[in-house]
Amino acid sequence: MTKSNPLIGIIKYLQVIGHRMVERIWRLGAGARLFFLTIIYSGESFKRFHLTMREIYATGVLSLLIIIVSAFFVGMVLALQGYNTLQKYGSSEAIGVLVALSLVRELGPVVTALLFAGRAGTAITAEIGLMKTTEQLSAMEMMAVNPIARVVAPRFWAGVISMPILATLFSMVGILGGYLVAVPLIGVDEGAFWSQMQANVDFQTDIVNGVIKSLVFGVACTMIALFEGFDAPPTAEGVSRATTRTVVISSLTVLGLDFVLTSFMLVI
Amino acid sequence: MDRTKIDLWVGIFVALGVASLLGLAMKVGNLTSGKIGETYSVTAAFENVGGLKSRAPVKSAGVVVGRVDNIAFNSKTYEAIVTIYIDKRYHFPKDTFANIYTAGLLGEQYVGLEAGGDEEVLKNGDKIAKTQDAIVLEKMISKFLFSKASETNADAKQSTSTTQQETKPAVAKSTELGDPPF
Repeated sequence: MTKSNPLIGIIKYLQVIGHRMVERIWRLGAGARLFFLTIIYSGESFKRFHLTMREIYATGVLSLLIIIVSAFFVGMVLALQGYNTLQKYGSSEAIGVLVALSLVRELGPVVTALLFAGRAGTAITAEIGLMKTTEQLSAMEMMAVNPIARVVAPRFWAGVISMPILATLFSMVGILGGYLVAVPLIGVDEGAFWSQMQANVDFQTDIVNGVIKSLVFGVACTMIALFEGFDAPPTAEGVSRATTRTVVISSLTVLGLDFVLTSFMLVI
Repeated sequence: MDRTKIDLWVGIFVALGVASLLGLAMKVGNLTSGKIGETYSVTAAFENVGGLKSRAPVKSAGVVVGRVDNIAFNSKTYEAIVTIYIDKRYHFPKDTFANIYTAGLLGEQYVGLEAGGDEEVLKNGDKIAKTQDAIVLEKMISKFLFSKASETNADAKQSTSTTQQETKPAVAKSTELGDPPF
């Protein structure tokens, strides 16, 4: 009797872990199903494009403020920190290359995705979670309106369209911020700043890869936000939990995907 | 939030995105500075190209007149064949020197063209006959050490006329390597 008690405790603990793992994998499968259904029912979001336009406004345009201001400050900090280290080796004219490559290759797509998940992703999750709680999605099904085609797909395509635009905007404004710190403030030569940047930033390997990354992150972040909202328990607590889950899972996914994509791109 | 306002803002948003992509491509990347205008291509054979890469600049008198296009290896003569594009506005005589210099002390390498005095000019597909290889740091150091060693050997012997003749070519060699870049 005394020997079986700790064993039962361990077995129960293992069962709990196993149950949680199975539930997570089940949710992953449900998310994949929602993804495929979204793609299949996407016709309406392009035929009635004003639906998608409204969502582009909600996810893209309303995120402009945070993206532009963050980009500006990130670019300025990059220039400051970069200059601090480069001038020890007499290479302070490489500051343009440093700022441009850091932004275009990595910081542009990744930081934009994190901010996008925080701002637009949570908005999407809360909105759909609330629609589910107030039974609007069920009402749509009653009226023979496909809720995925009407609610989920336009938001998905809006996120996919907005993310690359936001990421390139981030890179551009960041480079501008870096320029404003490096040339007027610190005194790096303007011609050297731009010419070294142009010599070392390649359109195909750097800029296009950055856009591809931002597209992938857009798909991931938007789909995670949509699924968390769609699958949220229809209570107030459930919706708020789903919102935080969106941010956490989107951020982890973006960083993991960034590593995978970068390792592919650097090899090729 | 009526439709016209949404349309306007989404239009501005997409226009901003396209503008930033174009800005990145032109200003930051090297999409436009590929070949400005018409060019003609010329080849040159080097024994050692050092760290020369394709798209390195080709300069004459310090001005960029073209780009390095392709660096290939000739397995018969064991030389590197460098194809360069030169802007059509600039003509170089047939006895032009092609040298590989380094920008700064340890910067990237580029091809420098020094015009000769021939009346005929290089045309598309011609070969530059006179070339000088890149300076390889290790060879320079070993030559310097060798010349230093031969100098000390000459001092150790009694000064005869033959040793004085030996030191003069050694000194001349070390200055020949010290050609300053543009």
